[in-house]
Amino acid sequence: MARTVIPFGPQHPVLPEPIHLKLELEDEKVIGVMPVIGYVHRGIEKAAELNTFRQNINLMDRICGICSFIHSLTYCQGIESLIGVEVPARARFLRVFWSELSRAHSHLLWLGLLADAMGFESLFMQCWRAREMVLDISEMTAGHRIIQASCTIGGVRRDMDEEMVREVEKRLIALRQLVDSSIHGVFLHDPTIRQRTAGKGVLSKDQAEVLGAVGHVARASGVAVDMRQTGYAAYGELGFEPVVETGCDSHARVVVRTRELYQSIDLMRRSLTAMPDGRILIRVDGYPVGETVSRCEQPRGEVIYYLKGNGTNHLERLKIRTPTFANIPPLLAMMPGCELADAPVIALSIDPCISCTER
Amino acid sequence: MPWMLPTILRNLLSRPVTRRYPFDDVREPFAGYKGRIDFDADRCDLCGDCARVCPSLAIEVTLESRQITYDPFKCIYCATCVEICLPRAIGQDRRYTKPALSKGVETIEVPV
Ligand code: SF4
Ligand code: SF4
Repeated sequence: MARTVIPFGPQHPVLPEPIHLKLELEDEKVIGVMPVIGYVHRGIEKAAELNTFRQNINLMDRICGICSFIHSLTYCQGIESLIGVEVPARARFLRVFWSELSRAHSHLLWLGLLADAMGFESLFMQCWRAREMVLDISEMTAGHRIIQASCTIGGVRRDMDEEMVREVEKRLIALRQLVDSSIHGVFLHDPTIRQRTAGKGVLSKDQAEVLGAVGHVARASGVAVDMRQTGYAAYGELGFEPVVETGCDSHARVVVRTRELYQSIDLMRRSLTAMPDGRILIRVDGYPVGETVSRCEQPRGEVIYYLKGNGTNHLERLKIRTPTFANIPPLLAMMPGCELADAPVIALSIDPCISCTER
Repeated sequence: MPWMLPTILRNLLSRPVTRRYPFDDVREPFAGYKGRIDFDADRCDLCGDCARVCPSLAIEVTLESRQITYDPFKCIYCATCVEICLPRAIGQDRRYTKPALSKGVETIEVPV
Protein backbone atom coordinates (compact mmCIF):
# COMPACT_ATOMS: atom_id res chain seq x y z
CA MET A 1 0.00 0.00 0.00
CA ALA A 2 1.16 3.53 -0.74
CA ARG A 3 2.72 5.41 2.13
CA THR A 4 2.01 9.01 2.98
CA VAL A 5 3.92 11.29 5.30
CA ILE A 6 1.73 13.69 7.24
CA PRO A 7 3.41 16.47 9.20
CA PHE A 8 2.00 16.79 12.71
CA GLY A 9 3.06 20.10 14.23
CA PRO A 10 4.97 22.29 14.85
CA GLN A 11 1.72 24.26 14.62
CA HIS A 12 -1.21 22.13 15.62
CA PRO A 13 -4.32 22.96 17.64
CA VAL A 14 -3.59 20.36 20.33
CA LEU A 15 0.06 21.26 20.73
CA PRO A 16 0.68 24.00 23.25
CA GLU A 17 4.29 24.08 22.13
CA PRO A 18 6.05 23.36 18.86
CA ILE A 19 7.25 19.85 18.19
CA HIS A 20 7.19 18.38 14.73
CA LEU A 21 6.32 14.73 14.21
CA LYS A 22 6.51 13.27 10.74
CA LEU A 23 3.85 10.60 10.75
CA GLU A 24 4.32 7.91 8.17
CA LEU A 25 0.93 6.48 7.26
CA GLU A 26 -0.40 3.48 5.51
CA ASP A 27 -4.00 4.35 4.80
CA GLU A 28 -5.17 5.77 8.16
CA LYS A 29 -2.69 3.81 10.23
CA VAL A 30 0.49 5.31 11.62
CA ILE A 31 3.41 3.00 10.92
CA GLY A 32 6.35 5.24 11.72
CA VAL A 33 7.17 8.49 13.48
CA MET A 34 10.12 10.78 13.14
CA PRO A 35 10.41 13.64 15.64
CA VAL A 36 12.00 16.97 14.80
CA ILE A 37 12.81 19.31 17.65
CA GLY A 38 14.56 22.64 17.86
CA TYR A 39 11.81 25.19 17.41
CA VAL A 40 12.11 26.95 20.75
CA HIS A 41 15.77 26.66 21.60
CA ARG A 42 16.67 29.60 23.82
CA GLY A 43 20.29 28.94 24.70
CA ILE A 44 19.62 28.74 28.43
CA GLU A 45 22.54 26.43 29.22
CA LYS A 46 24.96 28.88 27.65
CA ALA A 47 23.28 31.83 29.34
CA ALA A 48 23.70 30.00 32.64
CA GLU A 49 27.46 30.01 32.14
CA LEU A 50 27.50 33.74 31.43
CA ASN A 51 25.27 34.74 34.35
CA THR A 52 26.41 34.59 37.93
CA PHE A 53 25.25 31.51 39.74
CA ARG A 54 22.77 33.53 41.79
CA GLN A 55 21.23 35.21 38.76
CA ASN A 56 20.74 31.74 37.36
CA ILE A 57 18.05 30.96 39.94
CA ASN A 58 15.70 33.34 38.15
CA LEU A 59 16.75 31.99 34.79
CA MET A 60 16.02 28.42 35.88
CA ASP A 61 12.59 29.59 37.03
CA ARG A 62 11.92 30.50 33.43
CA ILE A 63 12.93 27.27 31.72
CA CYS A 64 9.36 26.15 32.05
CA GLY A 65 6.34 28.13 33.12
CA ILE A 66 4.59 25.17 34.66
CA CYS A 67 7.28 23.45 36.65
CA SER A 68 9.15 26.66 37.29
CA PHE A 69 9.54 26.14 41.03
CA ILE A 70 10.96 22.64 40.67
CA HIS A 71 13.55 23.81 38.14
CA SER A 72 14.89 26.41 40.52
CA LEU A 73 14.65 23.91 43.38
CA THR A 74 16.76 21.37 41.51
CA TYR A 75 19.28 24.05 40.66
CA CYS A 76 19.43 25.38 44.22
CA GLN A 77 19.83 21.88 45.64
CA GLY A 78 22.75 21.33 43.27
CA ILE A 79 24.46 24.56 44.29
CA GLU A 80 23.76 23.85 47.97
CA SER A 81 25.44 20.47 47.71
CA LEU A 82 28.44 22.02 45.93
CA ILE A 83 28.87 24.71 48.57
CA GLY A 84 27.90 22.34 51.35
CA VAL A 85 25.01 24.03 53.11
CA GLU A 86 22.21 22.52 55.12
CA VAL A 87 18.80 24.03 54.40
CA PRO A 88 16.61 24.85 57.45
CA ALA A 89 13.79 22.38 58.10
CA ARG A 90 10.98 24.88 57.63
CA ALA A 91 12.34 25.82 54.21
CA ARG A 92 12.40 22.18 53.18
CA PHE A 93 8.73 21.79 54.02
CA LEU A 94 7.87 24.99 52.18
CA ARG A 95 9.78 23.66 49.20
CA VAL A 96 7.59 20.57 49.23
CA PHE A 97 4.52 22.78 49.43
CA TRP A 98 5.44 24.83 46.38
CA SER A 99 6.65 21.79 44.45
CA GLU A 100 3.30 20.13 44.97
CA LEU A 101 1.48 23.32 44.14
CA SER A 102 3.30 23.36 40.80
CA ARG A 103 2.40 19.75 40.31
CA ALA A 104 -1.28 20.36 41.00
CA HIS A 105 -1.16 23.30 38.60
CA SER A 106 0.55 21.26 35.92
CA HIS A 107 -1.72 18.24 36.25
CA LEU A 108 -4.89 20.32 36.09
CA LEU A 109 -3.58 22.22 33.11
CA TRP A 110 -2.70 19.02 31.33
CA LEU A 111 -6.00 17.30 32.13
CA GLY A 112 -7.73 20.35 30.66
CA LEU A 113 -5.57 20.31 27.54
CA LEU A 114 -6.20 16.62 27.07
CA ALA A 115 -9.95 17.15 27.33
CA ASP A 116 -9.57 19.98 24.84
CA ALA A 117 -7.63 17.73 22.45
CA MET A 118 -10.61 15.37 22.46
CA GLY A 119 -12.96 18.25 21.82
CA PHE A 120 -14.41 18.01 25.33
CA GLU A 121 -14.63 21.77 25.90
CA SER A 122 -16.78 21.78 29.03
CA LEU A 123 -14.37 19.51 30.87
CA PHE A 124 -11.47 21.65 29.70
CA MET A 125 -13.13 24.71 31.22
CA GLN A 126 -13.85 22.84 34.44
CA CYS A 127 -10.20 21.77 34.82
CA TRP A 128 -8.98 25.27 34.21
CA ARG A 129 -11.47 26.58 36.70
CA ALA A 130 -9.86 24.34 39.30
CA ARG A 131 -6.44 25.42 38.09
CA GLU A 132 -7.40 29.00 38.78
CA MET A 133 -7.81 28.09 42.46
CA VAL A 134 -4.27 26.73 42.46
CA LEU A 135 -2.97 29.89 40.82
CA ASP A 136 -4.69 31.98 43.47
CA ILE A 137 -2.89 30.03 46.18
CA SER A 138 0.34 30.56 44.30
CA GLU A 139 -0.22 34.29 44.09
CA MET A 140 -1.18 34.48 47.73
CA THR A 141 1.82 32.55 49.03
CA ALA A 142 4.58 33.34 46.55
CA GLY A 143 3.52 36.64 45.03
CA HIS A 144 3.16 35.46 41.46
CA ARG A 145 0.65 33.26 39.73
CA ILE A 146 2.97 31.23 37.54
CA ILE A 147 6.66 31.91 38.12
CA GLN A 148 6.75 31.66 41.88
CA ALA A 149 10.39 32.72 42.22
CA SER A 150 10.35 31.72 45.86
CA CYS A 151 13.26 29.29 45.96
CA THR A 152 16.75 30.49 46.58
CA ILE A 153 20.12 29.10 47.58
CA GLY A 154 19.96 28.31 51.29
CA GLY A 155 16.21 28.13 51.67
CA VAL A 156 13.11 29.89 50.42
CA ARG A 157 12.28 33.56 50.08
CA ARG A 158 8.81 33.70 51.56
CA ASP A 159 7.32 32.48 54.76
CA MET A 160 3.72 31.78 55.65
CA ASP A 161 2.08 32.92 58.84
CA GLU A 162 -0.64 31.06 60.72
CA GLU A 163 -3.41 32.98 59.06
CA MET A 164 -2.12 32.25 55.58
CA VAL A 165 -1.71 28.57 56.37
CA ARG A 166 -5.35 28.43 57.48
CA GLU A 167 -6.49 30.24 54.34
CA VAL A 168 -4.46 27.91 52.12
CA GLU A 169 -5.93 24.90 53.93
CA LYS A 170 -9.41 26.23 53.27
CA ARG A 171 -8.69 26.74 49.60
CA LEU A 172 -7.12 23.30 49.26
CA ILE A 173 -10.22 21.70 50.74
CA ALA A 174 -12.37 23.64 48.27
CA LEU A 175 -10.09 22.56 45.43
CA ARG A 176 -10.38 18.94 46.47
CA GLN A 177 -14.15 19.21 46.58
CA LEU A 178 -14.26 20.71 43.10
CA VAL A 179 -11.99 17.99 41.71
CA ASP A 180 -14.09 15.37 43.47
CA SER A 181 -17.40 16.65 42.27
CA SER A 182 -16.71 17.46 38.66
CA ILE A 183 -13.32 16.30 37.38
CA HIS A 184 -12.14 13.04 38.89
CA GLY A 185 -15.17 10.91 38.02
CA VAL A 186 -15.35 12.19 34.47
CA PHE A 187 -11.75 11.28 33.68
CA LEU A 188 -12.13 7.88 35.28
CA HIS A 189 -15.47 6.74 33.93
CA ASP A 190 -16.74 8.92 31.12
CA PRO A 191 -17.25 6.82 27.97
CA THR A 192 -15.96 9.62 25.70
CA ILE A 193 -12.68 9.81 27.59
CA ARG A 194 -12.38 6.04 27.77
CA GLN A 195 -12.98 5.57 24.07
CA ARG A 196 -10.32 8.09 23.16
CA THR A 197 -7.70 6.85 25.63
CA ALA A 198 -8.23 3.22 26.68
CA GLY A 199 -6.05 0.87 24.67
CA LYS A 200 -4.44 3.77 22.81
CA GLY A 201 -0.75 4.54 22.94
CA VAL A 202 0.25 1.33 24.66
CA LEU A 203 3.72 1.20 26.20
CA SER A 204 4.53 -2.08 27.88
CA LYS A 205 6.48 -2.23 31.13
CA ASP A 206 9.52 -3.67 29.35
CA GLN A 207 9.46 -0.94 26.74
CA ALA A 208 9.12 1.71 29.42
CA GLU A 209 12.16 0.35 31.22
CA VAL A 210 14.27 -0.13 28.11
CA LEU A 211 13.43 3.25 26.59
CA GLY A 212 13.98 5.05 29.86
CA ALA A 213 10.51 6.49 30.33
CA VAL A 214 10.13 8.78 33.32
CA GLY A 215 7.29 10.30 35.29
CA HIS A 216 3.68 9.39 34.70
CA VAL A 217 4.54 7.59 31.45
CA ALA A 218 6.69 5.09 33.35
CA ARG A 219 4.32 4.88 36.31
CA ALA A 220 1.33 4.21 34.07
CA SER A 221 3.26 1.26 32.64
CA GLY A 222 3.84 -0.21 36.07
CA VAL A 223 7.36 1.10 36.69
CA ALA A 224 7.50 2.65 40.15
CA VAL A 225 10.03 5.39 39.52
CA ASP A 226 9.62 8.69 41.24
CA MET A 227 12.45 10.90 42.39
CA ARG A 228 10.44 11.91 45.44
CA GLN A 229 11.24 8.44 46.78
CA THR A 230 14.81 9.64 47.27
CA GLY A 231 13.44 11.91 49.98
CA TYR A 232 14.85 15.24 48.83
CA ALA A 233 13.52 18.41 50.46
CA ALA A 234 11.10 17.08 53.09
CA TYR A 235 9.67 14.13 51.16
CA GLY A 236 11.69 11.81 53.39
CA GLU A 237 9.94 13.04 56.52
CA LEU A 238 6.51 13.20 54.92
CA GLY A 239 6.61 9.66 53.64
CA PHE A 240 5.90 9.10 50.01
CA GLU A 241 4.62 6.27 47.85
CA PRO A 242 4.52 6.67 44.06
CA VAL A 243 1.22 6.25 42.24
CA VAL A 244 1.49 3.27 39.90
CA GLU A 245 -0.98 1.94 37.36
CA THR A 246 -0.59 -1.11 35.18
CA GLY A 247 -2.89 -0.23 32.29
CA CYS A 248 0.08 0.83 30.09
CA ASP A 249 -2.20 2.97 27.85
CA SER A 250 -3.20 6.62 27.64
CA HIS A 251 -6.04 6.04 30.06
CA ALA A 252 -3.65 4.70 32.67
CA ARG A 253 -1.66 7.91 32.26
CA VAL A 254 -4.79 9.94 32.88
CA VAL A 255 -5.57 7.86 35.97
CA VAL A 256 -2.03 8.25 37.32
CA ARG A 257 -2.31 11.98 36.97
CA THR A 258 -5.74 12.32 38.53
CA ARG A 259 -4.56 10.21 41.46
CA GLU A 260 -1.40 12.27 41.74
CA LEU A 261 -3.51 15.38 41.88
CA TYR A 262 -5.09 14.08 45.09
CA GLN A 263 -1.68 13.03 46.33
CA SER A 264 -0.35 16.54 45.73
CA ILE A 265 -3.21 18.17 47.59
CA ASP A 266 -2.66 15.72 50.42
CA LEU A 267 1.11 16.33 50.49
CA MET A 268 0.56 20.09 50.53
CA ARG A 269 -1.75 19.84 53.50
CA ARG A 270 0.56 17.47 55.32
CA SER A 271 3.60 19.63 54.69
CA LEU A 272 1.79 22.67 56.09
CA THR A 273 0.75 20.72 59.19
CA ALA A 274 4.14 19.14 59.77
CA MET A 275 6.12 22.30 59.06
CA PRO A 276 8.32 23.13 62.08
CA ASP A 277 8.93 26.71 63.21
CA GLY A 278 12.24 28.33 62.57
CA ARG A 279 14.25 30.04 59.92
CA ILE A 280 13.48 29.79 56.26
CA LEU A 281 16.79 30.96 54.88
CA ILE A 282 20.40 30.75 55.90
CA ARG A 283 23.19 32.91 54.68
CA VAL A 284 25.32 31.21 52.07
CA ASP A 285 28.85 32.41 51.48
CA GLY A 286 31.31 30.87 49.14
CA TYR A 287 31.25 29.68 45.60
CA PRO A 288 30.38 26.33 44.06
CA VAL A 289 33.37 24.05 43.50
CA GLY A 290 33.31 20.61 41.93
CA GLU A 291 30.67 18.66 40.08
CA THR A 292 27.33 17.32 41.13
CA VAL A 293 24.14 15.87 39.77
CA SER A 294 20.86 17.06 41.20
CA ARG A 295 17.61 15.23 40.54
CA CYS A 296 14.02 16.10 41.32
CA GLU A 297 10.61 14.88 40.28
CA GLN A 298 8.78 17.31 38.08
CA PRO A 299 5.13 16.99 37.14
CA ARG A 300 6.32 15.32 33.94
CA GLY A 301 9.01 13.15 35.45
CA GLU A 302 12.57 13.20 36.57
CA VAL A 303 14.72 16.23 35.80
CA ILE A 304 18.49 15.98 35.99
CA TYR A 305 20.84 18.90 36.48
CA TYR A 306 24.54 18.46 36.08
CA LEU A 307 26.48 21.35 37.63
CA LYS A 308 30.16 22.05 37.48
CA GLY A 309 31.61 24.92 39.44
CA ASN A 310 35.17 26.18 39.55
CA GLY A 311 35.10 28.28 42.68
CA THR A 312 34.12 31.49 40.90
CA ASN A 313 30.89 33.40 40.60
CA HIS A 314 30.12 31.66 37.31
CA LEU A 315 29.38 28.01 36.69
CA GLU A 316 31.65 26.22 34.29
CA ARG A 317 28.88 24.03 32.96
CA LEU A 318 25.20 23.47 33.56
CA LYS A 319 23.50 20.64 31.77
CA ILE A 320 19.79 20.03 32.09
CA ARG A 321 18.00 16.84 31.06
CA THR A 322 14.29 17.46 31.23
CA PRO A 323 11.60 14.77 31.50
CA THR A 324 10.01 15.35 28.09
CA PHE A 325 13.33 14.67 26.43
CA ALA A 326 13.37 11.26 28.11
CA ASN A 327 9.76 10.64 27.16
CA ILE A 328 10.12 11.25 23.42
CA PRO A 329 11.58 7.77 22.66
CA PRO A 330 8.66 6.08 24.49
CA LEU A 331 6.28 8.30 22.49
CA LEU A 332 7.81 7.01 19.28
CA ALA A 333 7.21 3.47 20.48
CA MET A 334 3.57 4.19 21.40
CA MET A 335 2.49 5.65 18.11
CA PRO A 336 3.03 2.96 15.46
CA GLY A 337 -0.20 1.06 14.93
CA CYS A 338 -2.53 3.83 16.02
CA GLU A 339 -5.08 5.63 13.87
CA LEU A 340 -4.18 9.08 12.59
CA ALA A 341 -7.09 10.55 14.56
CA ASP A 342 -5.63 9.20 17.80
CA ALA A 343 -2.15 10.59 17.21
CA PRO A 344 -2.82 14.00 18.83
CA VAL A 345 -4.22 12.48 22.02
CA ILE A 346 -1.34 10.01 22.26
CA ALA A 347 1.20 12.78 21.70
CA LEU A 348 -0.46 14.81 24.41
CA SER A 349 -0.61 11.86 26.78
CA ILE A 350 3.11 12.16 27.53
CA ASP A 351 2.50 15.83 28.34
CA PRO A 352 5.19 17.17 26.04
CA CYS A 353 6.87 20.32 27.28
CA ILE A 354 9.02 21.46 24.43
CA SER A 355 10.33 24.67 25.97
CA CYS A 356 11.79 22.53 28.74
CA THR A 357 13.20 20.01 26.32
CA GLU A 358 15.04 22.52 24.19
CA ARG A 359 15.85 25.02 26.92
CA MET B 1 -20.58 13.01 28.31
CA PRO B 2 -23.07 11.43 30.81
CA TRP B 3 -20.61 11.91 33.68
CA MET B 4 -20.19 15.55 32.82
CA LEU B 5 -23.90 16.31 32.45
CA PRO B 6 -24.68 17.16 36.11
CA THR B 7 -21.78 19.64 36.17
CA ILE B 8 -22.88 21.21 32.90
CA LEU B 9 -26.43 21.65 34.21
CA ARG B 10 -25.15 23.05 37.51
CA ASN B 11 -22.92 25.50 35.68
CA LEU B 12 -25.74 26.47 33.36
CA LEU B 13 -28.00 27.38 36.26
CA SER B 14 -25.43 29.14 38.45
CA ARG B 15 -23.65 32.46 38.19
CA PRO B 16 -20.63 32.58 35.88
CA VAL B 17 -17.26 32.08 37.60
CA THR B 18 -15.46 34.19 35.05
CA ARG B 19 -15.39 37.98 35.03
CA ARG B 20 -16.31 39.99 31.99
CA TYR B 21 -13.03 41.84 31.72
CA PRO B 22 -12.72 44.73 30.84
CA PHE B 23 -16.39 45.49 31.63
CA ASP B 24 -16.15 44.11 35.16
CA ASP B 25 -13.32 44.85 37.54
CA VAL B 26 -10.74 42.16 38.08
CA ARG B 27 -10.19 41.04 41.64
CA GLU B 28 -7.62 42.85 43.74
CA PRO B 29 -4.19 41.20 43.77
CA PHE B 30 -3.34 39.42 47.04
CA ALA B 31 -1.41 41.27 49.72
CA GLY B 32 1.97 39.80 48.85
CA TYR B 33 1.71 40.26 45.10
CA LYS B 34 5.00 41.29 43.56
CA GLY B 35 3.98 44.23 41.44
CA ARG B 36 5.45 47.58 40.52
CA ILE B 37 8.85 48.63 41.83
CA ASP B 38 9.01 52.09 43.42
CA PHE B 39 12.17 53.84 44.53
CA ASP B 40 12.14 56.13 47.52
CA ALA B 41 14.97 58.47 46.58
CA ASP B 42 15.16 60.08 50.02
CA ARG B 43 16.12 56.83 51.67
CA CYS B 44 18.60 55.62 49.07
CA ASP B 45 22.28 55.86 49.95
CA LEU B 46 23.47 54.86 46.48
CA CYS B 47 25.19 51.71 47.70
CA GLY B 48 24.46 49.98 44.39
CA ASP B 49 23.45 46.68 45.96
CA CYS B 50 20.23 46.56 43.97
CA ALA B 51 22.05 46.93 40.65
CA ARG B 52 24.51 44.25 41.69
CA VAL B 53 21.90 41.60 42.50
CA CYS B 54 19.31 42.34 39.84
CA PRO B 55 19.18 39.19 37.70
CA SER B 56 17.98 41.00 34.62
CA LEU B 57 20.23 44.06 34.91
CA ALA B 58 17.25 46.38 35.05
CA ILE B 59 18.81 48.84 37.51
CA GLU B 60 21.85 51.05 37.07
CA VAL B 61 23.21 53.17 39.88
CA THR B 62 25.52 56.04 38.98
CA LEU B 63 27.29 57.50 41.96
CA GLU B 64 28.72 60.57 40.16
CA SER B 65 25.44 61.93 38.88
CA ARG B 66 23.49 60.50 41.88
CA GLN B 67 21.03 58.77 39.60
CA ILE B 68 19.29 55.45 39.50
CA THR B 69 17.89 54.28 36.19
CA TYR B 70 15.31 51.56 36.26
CA ASP B 71 13.99 49.80 33.19
CA PRO B 72 10.53 48.36 33.90
CA PHE B 73 10.63 46.43 30.64
CA LYS B 74 13.69 44.48 31.68
CA CYS B 75 12.44 43.95 35.22
CA ILE B 76 11.04 40.50 35.95
CA TYR B 77 9.44 41.55 39.28
CA CYS B 78 11.45 39.05 41.26
CA ALA B 79 11.81 41.34 44.29
CA THR B 80 15.48 40.51 44.79
CA CYS B 81 16.31 44.23 44.90
CA VAL B 82 13.55 44.85 47.44
CA GLU B 83 14.97 42.19 49.73
CA ILE B 84 18.58 43.36 49.44
CA CYS B 85 18.09 47.10 49.96
CA LEU B 86 19.11 47.78 53.57
CA PRO B 87 17.65 51.32 53.94
CA ARG B 88 14.38 49.98 52.47
CA ALA B 89 14.47 52.47 49.64
CA ILE B 90 12.80 50.10 47.21
CA GLY B 91 9.17 49.29 47.64
CA GLN B 92 6.99 46.94 45.68
CA ASP B 93 3.28 47.37 45.73
CA ARG B 94 0.56 45.21 44.34
CA ARG B 95 -0.38 47.24 41.32
CA TYR B 96 -0.05 45.32 38.08
CA THR B 97 2.27 46.86 35.58
CA LYS B 98 0.16 47.79 32.63
CA PRO B 99 1.17 47.42 29.02
CA ALA B 100 2.57 50.64 27.56
CA LEU B 101 2.74 52.23 24.16
CA SER B 102 6.41 53.09 24.36
CA LYS B 103 9.37 51.65 26.16
CA GLY B 104 11.59 53.78 28.32
CA VAL B 105 13.61 53.84 31.48
CA GLU B 106 12.72 55.68 34.65
CA THR B 107 15.38 57.94 36.07
CA ILE B 108 15.39 58.60 39.78
CA GLU B 109 17.43 61.50 41.11
CA VAL B 110 18.80 60.89 44.57
CA PRO B 111 19.02 64.13 46.61
CA VAL B 112 22.25 64.90 48.44
S1 SF4 C 1 17.97 51.61 46.20
FE1 SF4 C 1 18.73 50.56 48.01
S2 SF4 C 1 20.12 49.00 47.23
FE2 SF4 C 1 19.75 50.43 45.56
S3 SF4 C 1 21.41 51.88 45.67
FE3 SF4 C 1 19.71 52.75 46.85
S4 SF4 C 1 20.09 52.05 48.95
FE4 SF4 C 1 21.38 50.80 47.63
S1 SF4 D 1 12.41 43.15 40.84
FE1 SF4 D 1 14.09 41.83 40.19
S2 SF4 D 1 14.33 42.27 38.01
FE2 SF4 D 1 13.09 43.94 38.85
S3 SF4 D 1 14.59 45.52 39.33
FE3 SF4 D 1 14.29 44.31 41.20
S4 SF4 D 1 15.91 42.75 41.13
FE4 SF4 D 1 15.73 43.62 39.07
